[in-house]
Amino acid sequence: MEQIERDLRQFVIENFLYGDTGKHFANDDSFLEKGLIDSMSIVTLVAHIQQRYAVHLTNEELTPENLDSVCRLAGFVQGKIGKAK
Amino acid sequence: MQIEQFLERSAVRFPDKTALVCGTERLTYAEISQMANRLANALIARGVRRGDRVAVCLDSCSEAVISIFAILKAGAIFTVLDHTIKSDGLRHIVNDCSATSLVISADKLRDVEVALEQAPCLGSVCVAGVSADLPEHQRLRFFSFDQTIKGSEFGADAPRKQCMDSDLAALIYTSGTTGRPKGVMLTHLNMFAASESVISYLENDPSDVILNVLRLSYSYGLYQVLTGFSVGGTVILERSLAYPYLLLDLIKRERVTAFPLVPTIAAMLLQFDLNRHDLSSLRYITSAGAALPVSHAQLLRKWLPRARLFIMYGQTECKRISYLPPEQLDSRPNSVGIAIPNEEVFIVDEAGHPVGPGVVGELVVRGPHVMQGYWGLPEETARALRPGPVRGERVLYTGDLFTMDEEGYLYFVARKDDIIKTRGEKVSPREIEDVLSAIEGLLEVAVVGVPDDVFGHSIKAVVTLRDGFSISAQEIQRHCAMHLEDFKVPRYVEFRTSLPKTDRGKIDRREIRHPLEARA
Repeated sequence: MEQIERDLRQFVIENFLYGDTGKHFANDDSFLEKGLIDSMSIVTLVAHIQQRYAVHLTNEELTPENLDSVCRLAGFVQGKIGKAK
Repeated sequence: MQIEQFLERSAVRFPDKTALVCGTERLTYAEISQMANRLANALIARGVRRGDRVAVCLDSCSEAVISIFAILKAGAIFTVLDHTIKSDGLRHIVNDCSATSLVISADKLRDVEVALEQAPCLGSVCVAGVSADLPEHQRLRFFSFDQTIKGSEFGADAPRKQCMDSDLAALIYTSGTTGRPKGVMLTHLNMFAASESVISYLENDPSDVILNVLRLSYSYGLYQVLTGFSVGGTVILERSLAYPYLLLDLIKRERVTAFPLVPTIAAMLLQFDLNRHDLSSLRYITSAGAALPVSHAQLLRKWLPRARLFIMYGQTECKRISYLPPEQLDSRPNSVGIAIPNEEVFIVDEAGHPVGPGVVGELVVRGPHVMQGYWGLPEETARALRPGPVRGERVLYTGDLFTMDEEGYLYFVARKDDIIKTRGEKVSPREIEDVLSAIEGLLEVAVVGVPDDVFGHSIKAVVTLRDGFSISAQEIQRHCAMHLEDFKVPRYVEFRTSLPKTDRGKIDRREIRHPLEARA
């Protein structure tokens, strides 16, 4: 779980903050409220999760409860991986 | 008719009706009107006078709507800034229009405090999202939005009216070829005329529930609130498109009747099986901002057969220019339609003479919705507004090349300039190039639009490096993100050893763009 959190945090920094490590955000901060990523970025994020963790996301799963912070994302991915096993 | 009367009239006719929905917050017309009155009185008490410019830097939220109407009630001119604007951009606009007051969220204030130091005209700052602990400052007077609208310090009665409808109501900043955004000056009358025209062909009425996912800094998004309030409908502000599934659920839950789109949103929604969602309440969908691909229009109609689809075209300089009546979609799929009610359009050649059907020329617009010019830019104004058929009047030269058929239907051909349309918004390559040029190590820069299925066009920076310098694409994007709104940050960066030049030695954007378009 911690490893997934680290990886996802790194992905967000690299792709949505253009590697800017100076912008502080906590792992439970809402991406949207903090303005960390915009609507269009979610598409990129979902594509990354599906490819990196070999899981499939249904349209119904694309909700802020599952995706809107590093913690939520990691928990969701962990759950998906668990189910896939 | 003055624009704040849209709210005032509806507050009298439908005081207890839900006017605005933002997340879990629901406000009636009476509540919004009272809160706007309190804020208007507070602005006046803090020195805002008739004709002053007041900037609003808030996300799509009730505070933004209340602020817009409060500013108008105070007799001032509002300008809504993109919430993702950075210090440089904010300083430019606030200084360009000499804004005397600013309404801003507490979060944003922290990011742009430096810019406020360099805005000498600014006298007061209204901060939303804090109830106390406002920053102290020698010159600026900070006050709490929340305390103002909920407290009893300022009265809930409307201040005395000072304006007339030929006064300016808004400055809407839009990208121009010269780089920095320019303020489109619109009177109450301009905005009233545009609203009435749109309402008439969309047949809006009090039963309408408009789902607005567009930003209020954008003319198309702003007018959803204005027209919705004008007819006494309900407007739902949704900040994010990140979760289209929730949006579809919202349409069902709130029984949304009107859904304005830009093609980017249509492309995102069409990734869903719309048949699985109850969207039967939708009376119409509109598409503007960029050309909606014919295939997307066909899919929307197939999946939403009960919703009428209006293809529209416009410019901030006059809000709306044309609409395609839905019954014409099959016979004229590539047209952006006919002139809106109470407007005349014609196509002219280089010398300004009208051309015949099918001949390419510049589109010219005549009507009461045409702007008064660009704030503080007489030369650019003179280029856009030129003498019209009636002595003394000025008509708008759009800079867009069109043809018109014998029945008056318009067909877009091209822009006369290099403006990029991305996500339905105009972006000036020059503005981004100016930001890129400040990066040490870049020798030459050119910004172009490349075709993109979702965005319409994506922004691409093509650069060359100075000898001995090494810089990554990510570093270039990061620099842009620090200085530009999010939607202006280049999606792609390409490094080259040289850039093509024109005969005069200038960088040839067209030459760069065309091979890219050909490849795409």
